[in-house]
Amino acid sequence: MSTVAAPVRRRRGRLQVRTVTLAHGGGGKAMRDLIDDVFVSAFDNSMLEPLEDQARIGLASLTKYGDRLAFTTDSYVVDPLFFPGGDIGKLAVCGTVNDLAVGGAKPLYLSCGVIIEEGLEVETLRQIARSMRDAAKAAGVEIVTGDTKVVDRGACDKLFINTTGLGVIRQGLEIGADKARPGDAILVNGLLGDHGAAILDARGDLALDTPIESDCAALHGLIDAILTACPNVRCLRDATRGGIATVLNEVAQNSQVGIILDEAAVPLREEVKGFCEILGLDPLYLANEGKLVCVVAANETDAALTAMRANPLGEMGSVIGRVTEAPAGTVVMETTFGGRRVVDMLVGDQLPRIC
Amino acid sequence: MKYVDEFRDPKKAKTLLNEIEALVAKIEICRTRPLQIMEVCGGHTHSIFRYGIENMLPEEIELVHGPGCPVCVLPMGRVDDCVALAEQPDTIFTTFGDAMRVPGSKKSLLQAKADGADVRMVYSPLDALRLAKEYSDKEVIFFGLGFETTMPSTALTVLQAEADGVENFSLFCNHITIIPTIKAILDSPDVHLDGFLGPGHVSLVIGDKPYEFIAEHYRRPLVIAGFEPLDILHSIWMVLKQLAEDRCEVENQYSRAAPAEGNAQALEAIGRVFELREFFEWRGLGSIDHSGVRIRAEYARFDAEQKFTVPDIKIADPKSCQCGEVLKGVIKPRQCKIFGTACTPENPMGALMVSSEGACAADYSYGGIEMDDAGKPQRASAP
Repeated sequence: MSTVAAPVRRRRGRLQVRTVTLAHGGGGKAMRDLIDDVFVSAFDNSMLEPLEDQARIGLASLTKYGDRLAFTTDSYVVDPLFFPGGDIGKLAVCGTVNDLAVGGAKPLYLSCGVIIEEGLEVETLRQIARSMRDAAKAAGVEIVTGDTKVVDRGACDKLFINTTGLGVIRQGLEIGADKARPGDAILVNGLLGDHGAAILDARGDLALDTPIESDCAALHGLIDAILTACPNVRCLRDATRGGIATVLNEVAQNSQVGIILDEAAVPLREEVKGFCEILGLDPLYLANEGKLVCVVAANETDAALTAMRANPLGEMGSVIGRVTEAPAGTVVMETTFGGRRVVDMLVGDQLPRIC
Repeated sequence: MKYVDEFRDPKKAKTLLNEIEALVAKIEICRTRPLQIMEVCGGHTHSIFRYGIENMLPEEIELVHGPGCPVCVLPMGRVDDCVALAEQPDTIFTTFGDAMRVPGSKKSLLQAKADGADVRMVYSPLDALRLAKEYSDKEVIFFGLGFETTMPSTALTVLQAEADGVENFSLFCNHITIIPTIKAILDSPDVHLDGFLGPGHVSLVIGDKPYEFIAEHYRRPLVIAGFEPLDILHSIWMVLKQLAEDRCEVENQYSRAAPAEGNAQALEAIGRVFELREFFEWRGLGSIDHSGVRIRAEYARFDAEQKFTVPDIKIADPKSCQCGEVLKGVIKPRQCKIFGTACTPENPMGALMVSSEGACAADYSYGGIEMDDAGKPQRASAP
């Protein structure tokens, strides 16, 4: 029988400079200090600490949660880095956690790859790492491996983050955008478009004085509650880039069903409505970072809605539409005015209209 | 939203629709062919599609989506000029957002930006002037675009640049004026338009006098309309009422915003800075006399066309395009030979597919919903 020595705790380096330079990407001591000072100290967990080239995860620790792995990646390039309601760090954790959770997975581990433009303030980086730590803690995940690159000024915009997530899907769950059936109900967990409006506003060139905050939040808890109340949920998607319009189009196309949206039931903040009116934008296409679209069978609608509303992130949850046989592959909105129109996928970005 | 929701009330819409149906029954033309009403302004086209107004109206009424989308009618050659200006060294080229994607013969401004040009989206010409003050070592060019709605703010910005002694600011002027174009459309032999919804925001500047020839000479009713869905239904009702009573007048539904005499200060600024061009090219319609403005000689130093060399090459519309016929209401968007096939919003061949305010793009993206016999919505089959 061999004895295992207690791990020797490494002495962590500390940065003495104010800004990140190319030296911090060189693979030497400066880089080691940056990683220690900013990331290791913030993320603070035993899987990351040894700084091996990979995190090592025991299989048994995974299989107890279910029978399939969920594996996802996303890159975050938001401008500005800090905005009302969050920052790029919180976004990078919540976004990937949500991508795991909407597949019915329990989110467990994240990686964190950063690409830093030289000249970024170290304190900014520390602040973002702390924000990632807080978001990870709240979401019950650990950031267990990572990578740091520093690039020339202009080669990236301040900071890009990539996070990859690993989670485990509970046995028996079958959630997919191809599973919507005529008669199903479409639910969302609250006010839409806040994140998109907050980011546009935070860029500052609109000079609008609005109190809109990003809805950035990890939805795993809410999703767990919904799945516990109705395990036969057909489809879950977080409505990020492209907004709910894009998600609903994906569901309509993958399931070859029609979706009828009731404009009057679409929950929107007055400020977001006003914001969209002024700029000629459609809130259905604005990004969300804490909102999901949930498709459930008609007879499970009440159970799903009750579970949703019992969670702080779903208090404003509502039924916004229904699934029909026709027109297959198309989303139609019944307007508050009594008309009907197609809600199509966008070709590119939404651009403010001229007049 | 207060002061907006009141103009989107479905109950009032229902009442108006009932009255519209009653009027249709009294109008002689409706017995032989659909009655054609043209909304001139792209803003109206946008509202009509956004609220699904077209399929609320009785079948006898056909809305013809007119030439009032300034982004759509911008000729390809002018976009090429924009790209050439933007690609000059030490230049910041500023533009309204929706002009970024308009295709030139080689590329759009969005592509030029990707290729390295400094193209920036602004929300007002004053933002461009501010940039000029901030970057005094660069030339800041503003892409002036639109009808009388956006013309005053551009004119005032030029006047401001003069007052502030800003030397590195110039305007690439593509402002156009709607009246000669309405006249050109009415002069086409194949047109059957029965009435017009007049552009509310243009009227806010120019007043209602400039439209009088439409009622007097061409004997068509015109109602200056607001942009909320009830405004549009109300204005359609007013056009129908004139037709039912055999009247042809210029009426103003949008009097809460657009006074009969227009806006004297705005007109004064426009008059000081701009003068009519002999002619201007419209994508889809060709050259129309006196339909565009240029900067007066006194302000030539702010005129990008005089300050720099622009290629100024005319690019003919693709032969297969039927934009002109759609614009005049001779055919519907889906009847065009290349609608949805060679010409899509992703890859627009014709003017009307370019911006979401264009008749074809709006129809492609939002329209084409028909009711089946059971009253269930069905997607219209592709043409």
